[in-house]
Amino acid sequence: MIIRLQTEDFDPEREAQALDVKGAGARVSFVGMVRDAALDRTITALEIEHYPQMTQAELTRIATDARNRHHLQEVLIIHRYGRLESHERIVLVTVWSAHRAEAFAGCQEIIDALKTRAPFWKKEISPAGTSWVPGQTPDGLG
Amino acid sequence: MITVRCFAAVREILGCDTRELVALSTPQRASDVLERLAGGRVAELPKPLLVAINCEHASLASAVRDGDEVAFFPPVSGG
Repeated sequence: MIIRLQTEDFDPEREAQALDVKGAGARVSFVGMVRDAALDRTITALEIEHYPQMTQAELTRIATDARNRHHLQEVLIIHRYGRLESHERIVLVTVWSAHRAEAFAGCQEIIDALKTRAPFWKKEISPAGTSWVPGQTPDGLG
Repeated sequence: MITVRCFAAVREILGCDTRELVALSTPQRASDVLERLAGGRVAELPKPLLVAINCEHASLASAVRDGDEVAFFPPVSGG
């Protein structure tokens, strides 16, 4: 499993190609990007804050759970932080498995869990000012 | 000592990102640590308020021991 937290952009295809996963029959990737609008607001950029030690630990737990549940052969997660302009890439989740069903399910489970459990916070920067994006709470907490 | 960390809106409202608190009688609850940290400003904090102890999700009722790292933050919005 590879989990990276970084400020710089990434190339999803190059990152996936760099991992030579033997025996995989399927690879599924999810790429999240900064939207340029939310409801009726124009979004100029996002400022993403995180809790470094916990982010690494929580993403490792999420990836390990999904790998075991869906028999994934490899998991790659890259998440950026700092200031990101609209249309920039935020997150990459790529998984490899023997068959497509496990790869689709595993990739979806990881990004869904990331959005409710990983300690990231987004602040929207728009012409009207800045505001924290409403967040989500892990199941059973809050 | 207990290390307390605050993130996002909690950090902004309380004006601090990290603080070291002398451990009182332990175990104490995370809510006791929050009370010492925020005092009368607890009501200003986002709800629900999330808690992590040693980098794992926990709750305000969770036990905190000497040497633990406790974090308070709003609901998360990654991805």
